[in-house]
Amino acid sequence: MSEWHLKIVVDPIKCDGRGVCHELFPEWISLDKWGFPIISEGDIPAEFFDHAQRAVNECPRLALHLLERMETRR
Amino acid sequence: MPRLLRGLKYGTKPLNFEEHLAQWGPMYLHNGEGILAEVEASGLLGHGGASFPVGIKWRAIKSQRRRSIVVANGSEGEPASAKDALLLMRAPHLVLDGAVAAAGALDATRVVLYTGAMHVGAVSAALAQRQRAGVDPVKIEVATAPEAFVAGQETAVVGALNGKSGAIPLYSGIHSIRERGVSGRPTLVQNVETLAHVALIARYGAQWFRSLGSSDSPGTMLLSVTGRWSETVVVEAAYTTPMREILGLTPSEIAHFQGANLGGYGGSWVSMKTLMSLTLSESVARDANATLGASIVILLPRDVCPVSEVARVAHYMRDEGAGQCGPCVNGLAEIADLLGGIVNVAARRRKPAQVGDFLELCNLVEGRGACRHPDGVARFVRSAISVFDSHFNEHFHSSPCAQAGSYGVLPLPAPNHRRMVSTSRGAK
Repeated sequence: MSEWHLKIVVDPIKCDGRGVCHELFPEWISLDKWGFPIISEGDIPAEFFDHAQRAVNECPRLALHLLERMETRR
Repeated sequence: MPRLLRGLKYGTKPLNFEEHLAQWGPMYLHNGEGILAEVEASGLLGHGGASFPVGIKWRAIKSQRRRSIVVANGSEGEPASAKDALLLMRAPHLVLDGAVAAAGALDATRVVLYTGAMHVGAVSAALAQRQRAGVDPVKIEVATAPEAFVAGQETAVVGALNGKSGAIPLYSGIHSIRERGVSGRPTLVQNVETLAHVALIARYGAQWFRSLGSSDSPGTMLLSVTGRWSETVVVEAAYTTPMREILGLTPSEIAHFQGANLGGYGGSWVSMKTLMSLTLSESVARDANATLGASIVILLPRDVCPVSEVARVAHYMRDEGAGQCGPCVNGLAEIADLLGGIVNVAARRRKPAQVGDFLELCNLVEGRGACRHPDGVARFVRSAISVFDSHFNEHFHSSPCAQAGSYGVLPLPAPNHRRMVSTSRGAK
């Protein structure tokens, strides 16, 4: 069976600290005292995949990226 | 024992091409795969600050199966580093041989030597000698690097060669430069010292290279040492040489110093006791919570205020950031401000910072920039607070030290050093 693994990363150059990502995905993304995202470590739990996709889509600077990998178990 | 530094002339003149060949013999470039295999077998580590195995780096680029670009990186940003300048000014043909060998191994379409304006003349003269001799199968270009701390960061190098002005690191979270670098090609950015070692490996082979050092850390390395002698000296030593042998200090001389920086302004502070216990090896340094970093040692004498020194460097490092990433712009500014606030206790307007404030900021900036500049500052400041803890405590608890704000011993570029212009982004 195959499993998707998803990570979300921020391009710190593009990021302007607007904070939309935190609003849309507070379970995984918090903001530091200057307004820039602090992203939790590791793979995103499957129940949050749609939140992650929405955060990536809605970032005004398109600064977020999803890194996907598929692991197949036999 | 010296390898790279063997046969250097007294004074400052470089070995010309004839003298270089008389010293080392010719370099026969067999086939590219042969050189690559020899570099892999040698276990050569990179000398640009990461100590990354060169063979692995080259193989990763070769695996792209596209023609590549080779950049010899001689833009030595750390103020206390002098080794790359020494090679370019005194033994440029070793560097250029290595660049040509890399170009053969990686099927390069272009070879560029990237260095500061003060070395361009010497390198161009060396290239002219080679052109007259007609030895190189590839043309080597020279490109001028800006005078900036981060100019040598590999993505900044790629950006500059792709036409961006200034020295601006790029985001590499999605694509690395080994896939897509200069002109979209797989790009090797390799430190000039590393290429000098390649020039000798190409002549004498991997086994010869491994006859010094250890199996994990084979060969020799150049180390820039400041504070031990009257000026910064570049020393060549085999890996695993004990630091006490390299520095040759008596116990009473050691007592003159209150601590040492290892690795440069992105490296860490260690006690003299720790320094003297080290052998020249990245893994030994890491075990001591330090790093060889940019191959720098700076000894700090007892009669200076370490808080002032660290504050000066922190301000420099804040100014040398590219200004692109919010956490770095904000974090380094706050670290510099807080340090300034505890240097001159009498001038303090508000409650002094405490250790916790610094540690919190250091933790907040690590890993959150496009490059490792903020990580370096965090390591530098955190380790200073640890090694000079009693002195920092004096400053935290408001008794000024006699030397606070005294003239700096840590090397920094001259005050009229022109900082590159970059757009300031993200600061709230």
